[in-house]
Amino acid sequence: MTDIDQQAELAKAGANIDGRWDALVHFAKNFPLACFGITIVILFVLMAIFADVIAVHDPVQTNSKLSLAAPSMTNIMGADMMGRDMFARIVHGSRISLVVGISSTLLGGIIGVVVGLMSGYLLGWFDLVMQRIIDIMQALPLLVLALVMAASLGPSLENTILAISIPLVPRVARVVRSSTLALREMPFVEAARAAGMTELRVAFRHVLPNTLAPLIVLGTAQLGSAILVEASLSFLGLGVPEPHPSWGRMLSENAAEYARVAPWLVIFPGLAISVVVFGTNLLGDALRDILDPRQRS
Amino acid sequence: MGTYLIKRFLLMLLTLVGMSIIIFVLLRLMPGNIVDIMFDSAGFVDPVEKAEIEKELGLDRSIPVQYFDWIWGMMHWDLGFSYISEMPAVDELGPRIPITAKLAVMALGFSVLFGVPLGVISAVKQDTGLDYTLRVISLSGLSLPSFWLALLILMVSLTWFGDIPIYIDPPENLIDELLLFTIPAAAVGFRSSALIMRLTRSSMLEVLRQDYIRTARAKGATDNAVNYSHALKNAFLPVTTIIGIEAAFLIGGLIITETVFNIPGVAHFLVEAILMRDYPIVQSLVMLIALIVVTVNFIVDLTYGALDPRIKYGE
Repeated sequence: MTDIDQQAELAKAGANIDGRWDALVHFAKNFPLACFGITIVILFVLMAIFADVIAVHDPVQTNSKLSLAAPSMTNIMGADMMGRDMFARIVHGSRISLVVGISSTLLGGIIGVVVGLMSGYLLGWFDLVMQRIIDIMQALPLLVLALVMAASLGPSLENTILAISIPLVPRVARVVRSSTLALREMPFVEAARAAGMTELRVAFRHVLPNTLAPLIVLGTAQLGSAILVEASLSFLGLGVPEPHPSWGRMLSENAAEYARVAPWLVIFPGLAISVVVFGTNLLGDALRDILDPRQRS
Repeated sequence: MGTYLIKRFLLMLLTLVGMSIIIFVLLRLMPGNIVDIMFDSAGFVDPVEKAEIEKELGLDRSIPVQYFDWIWGMMHWDLGFSYISEMPAVDELGPRIPITAKLAVMALGFSVLFGVPLGVISAVKQDTGLDYTLRVISLSGLSLPSFWLALLILMVSLTWFGDIPIYIDPPENLIDELLLFTIPAAAVGFRSSALIMRLTRSSMLEVLRQDYIRTARAKGATDNAVNYSHALKNAFLPVTTIIGIEAAFLIGGLIITETVFNIPGVAHFLVEAILMRDYPIVQSLVMLIALIVVTVNFIVDLTYGALDPRIKYGE
């Protein structure tokens, strides 16, 4: 047996945490990747909220003198073909990514929760029909379904959100349904029912809160995919239309033609997408480790 | 087993029929059909002429009639005519399918080749610097948009080699073709290998925590023997399922990569057809994709049972 350093073991378990700062340091030591992810996500949200303050230039103001200007002190990320400041466009683009990402994740999540809860609760023909519809939706890759939906709805910010949210529904519905099936037979649910609660109230007050952990993990993962799908749709010309500055569309506008003369037009928007999606993925991983103890070492 | 197979097969059919209805209705909901687009570019609209073209394409009939016409055609290997090229859809799709298939197989090979070993290493060395590095790499693989990765590759090869590995003419022989596909396949495969690597890691970790592994260690088996001969075999089971899910994942990546590298495969063609409202092509391609995904899932289900004797069908 090796000697156990009692103090070190206690510190590792978080026994002598004193105050919030200590708790934060302890968390950071145990989950370094999580902290990195949270930092990225917070910075991204702040960038979207304070876009007007951070970017001094107007993201849609064209200026022929600045066409394809290289990065400089005034335009730190250069300017595109129409002389629009890239830094301003990237900062304002974060709003589009954030709005589309969060709204479609939430919308898809809400629909999925309602469908999943009802399926697992009512069973019978409702469940049967819903399961078959979900089977159908899962027969197409996320991007293909979003692509067809975006095309059939027409280009606008709202339609892009809708086109991305629907393909996100099946996974949420499946997760909620399976936890509902397991939970509905639990004694505490039985007790609530015996106490005279209506089925609807039992479903939302007792069953739903217990499915939250896997839902949060799934939601974070879906936020990352929603942002990526928005960028891909816009890149293919079926996403958020002008004049909204979308990171994906910036790449398709500038990419092929100017890659040689103005590489900054390709580098920065792609970097923005990657860093943000990377941050949400890190956060999602961390949440899974924290909320699902079975994955822990 | 027999009843399970029949049930599973009928469900597959049901899914495909449902998909055909959804895709057909979605496409008819699109604002503006091909005729609108044609007249848009011409600048003026002659209602008589417009109605004539719509009639010629069969767009004036009711949606149910158009739907059954399409289904009837599909049963007879007739997918209709492309609105753009006016060629039979079968002839348009035929030559493009092998291109995408080759690319997909290369990408899948790439992702398994890198994903599985790196995932195993990451699990065996859990919580070391190597594990963290590999996890960050795999997570970044899932975070980089594939079109950006493709564009970066194009840019780098432009700067370093002054040349772009892009599809201009059909390559003369198979070797040339495979060489041309290496970079796009790697761009798609990188993303998929990240997914495989993550799942191999977590599956391996799960197995390493089981009792029989502890028994093996207690009996004095070496680390290598435990990790690679006891654990890996069982950890590989869930990974096969994932390789099935990959099929759907890959198609998404192929759409983007074929578009960026200008490869004339079906995935690129789908985007073009959607943009041009070429219904016969879009609906045939969507059905093809659904058929592939559903079939692959079916096969994976069966393989899973064959690999793991604990799984029984039918109950």
